[in-house]
Amino acid sequence: MSDDSEAREAVGDYKAGWHDPENATIRFDFGLSEKVVRDISELKQEPEWMTDIRVKAYRHFIERPMPTWGNTEELMEIDFDKVCYFLRSSDETGSSWDDVPDDIRNTFDRLGIPEAEQKWLSGVTAQYESETVYHSIREDLEKQGVIFLDMDSGLKEHEDIVKKYFGSVIPYSDNKFSALNTAVWSGGSFIYVPKGVHVEMPVQAYFRINAKNMGQFERTLIIADEGSSIHYVEGCTAPTYSTDSLHSAVVELLALPGAHIRYTTVQNWSNNVYNLVTKRGVAHENAKIEWVDGNIGSKLTMKYPAVILKGEGAHAEVISVAYAGNGQHQDAGAKVHHMASNTTSNILSKSISKDGGRGSYRGMAKIMPKAENCRLNIVCDALILDEESRQDTYPTMEVGNPTAHCEHEASVSKVGDEQLFYLMSRGHTEAEALGMIVNGFFEPFTRELPMEYAVELNKLMSLEMEGSIG
Amino acid sequence: MVSDNKPILEVKGLKVGIEGTPILKGIDLMIPKGEIHAIMGRNGSGKTTTANVIMGHPAYEIEEGEMFLDGESLDDMEPWERSREGVFLSFQYPQSIPGLQVGNFLRKSVSSVRGEEAARGSEFREKLTSAMEELDIPKSFLSRYVNDGFSGGEKKRFEILQLMLLQPRLAVLDETDSGLDIDGIRTVSKGINSVVRGTENGALIITHYSRILEHVNPDRVHIMIGGKIVASGGPSLANLLEDNGYDWLEEQVEKGVDFE
Repeated sequence: MSDDSEAREAVGDYKAGWHDPENATIRFDFGLSEKVVRDISELKQEPEWMTDIRVKAYRHFIERPMPTWGNTEELMEIDFDKVCYFLRSSDETGSSWDDVPDDIRNTFDRLGIPEAEQKWLSGVTAQYESETVYHSIREDLEKQGVIFLDMDSGLKEHEDIVKKYFGSVIPYSDNKFSALNTAVWSGGSFIYVPKGVHVEMPVQAYFRINAKNMGQFERTLIIADEGSSIHYVEGCTAPTYSTDSLHSAVVELLALPGAHIRYTTVQNWSNNVYNLVTKRGVAHENAKIEWVDGNIGSKLTMKYPAVILKGEGAHAEVISVAYAGNGQHQDAGAKVHHMASNTTSNILSKSISKDGGRGSYRGMAKIMPKAENCRLNIVCDALILDEESRQDTYPTMEVGNPTAHCEHEASVSKVGDEQLFYLMSRGHTEAEALGMIVNGFFEPFTRELPMEYAVELNKLMSLEMEGSIG
Repeated sequence: MVSDNKPILEVKGLKVGIEGTPILKGIDLMIPKGEIHAIMGRNGSGKTTTANVIMGHPAYEIEEGEMFLDGESLDDMEPWERSREGVFLSFQYPQSIPGLQVGNFLRKSVSSVRGEEAARGSEFREKLTSAMEELDIPKSFLSRYVNDGFSGGEKKRFEILQLMLLQPRLAVLDETDSGLDIDGIRTVSKGINSVVRGTENGALIITHYSRILEHVNPDRVHIMIGGKIVASGGPSLANLLEDNGYDWLEEQVEKGVDFE
């Protein structure tokens, strides 16, 4: 079967499942070795300290066993020798879409990125395979000192800042996949918002995997200086192939005193992508970090956005939704560590499984003994759409201080026949009725999204519901 | 007024069960265009089943009989098809749909039932505003979630709001009066009358009590006992029943009294 027909057959309802011909300018052979790691670093002409971190991380990755939790069966299926660790598609990062190679530009046109940029974004980066192919930021923000670059350029142009913070929130030794990412990272975003600057409109990064058996390892570092604020939005898609790709990102956020970072993800990888991502932020005094995290696609996602509440009065908000359809496992959740007094956190998790899909909430909430008067509120709701599907909850709470105020609510429900009948009696087909119930269930998440994303997500879920009935 | 002689609803020899248990044991019912009929009966007599079966609830098994809407058979239609053909059911226990906003839901429902045009622009908004005023429903209602945290009275008013916007040819109202105070009943009755009176539409009101019937003034009253319509008559039958009770009525039926 040719590549094309194979892809078409597998695409089904997944709208972003097409792929372009691969026109790589540099493509590494499959497989991982210390040489691959050094070659990536050399190719990027990195400072020695970065090469050293990469190599150390690589060695740690090799020694570190696979996690023994999550979906261990699926994890064991990953063949690290069958992954391409670096693929360059364009020799330059364009600052105008005209500079981006035609085929790649067409991809982003089809995904609607240039249009969104004009309408409602402060800046955009677009990553294709290993590297950023397009980047722009509004001039007024640049004048105010806002730095928004791809990570490779960030390292070149602001080495001092990168050296100070890279790996400070998530060291390579954190877990096997943070080690892998540190060893072979490429692309991602580097953002610095100066003191007191408020970036009103969101900045967006879009990640696209196009090649087969590709590994994408972007690395993102966002630093919001005192009293500043930024909203970062990321989206991701990939073609549907019958072989698997690996996406393993590391995202580090630093919210300095009084700063506010909101990080929104709408992950819609095709169902052949392993999505194993480490995301963590440190919130200093009176700072606020919000993860708004949507997982619709991928084969297996293991992702638990975390906030370390390091300074007094800091606040964490994690709102996540997951949808697990046929052949998918979404193992998602949140982590909060209350290190300081008077810190507060809210976790809201919503998960749907259907057609044999599996959703898991995995959460860790810790209140340190020295942290007085902390408040923690966790709500996780699951909705199961049929008998074949599955939902599990693995919450862990460690409360080390008696003044803490903690609440935890969990519910698992099924769509009721009476609910469906009620909506059907108002002229809605069964699929439409199910779409209304599902979108309603996700509403607390959807309303936090930029409007364009909310509309897309609602459409996407309605389509998923149509796919199954009749 | 009436353009042809086909009734808006005709039910013939309807026998219905659920999981093998028979509930309706042969129902015959005919509602001519422009008329409002009432079915009265005790709990468990089969009233709600009748309403659900007319709407096409998938849980019930139709063993025998037929149903026609303006001469067209309903038997093979899904609930949404019946709705689009003009059947409406006001639920005894309306379901809540968390996260689905009332305004959004109303627009989508009007679009599904009456077509996209009807749900667009200022005409829809004007109809919505005037219907809400008529039913004493505040504007803030539109941003709430469908039936989520509604009081009993709010749920019933919301059902009637949907009735007024969807403009069905046949409205079936299942215990719409329960949970309403006297002002509520008056308001809701006004809504029902406005949809049926002077039109070619029809309505079937299912109730325990005659209270609501004083305000809508049904053309016919049917009494249901044990899955059968045992007596039918004019509006005074409701008063007779109210004054003397179901036991008395049952005795009369056994004696062969005709209430016509």
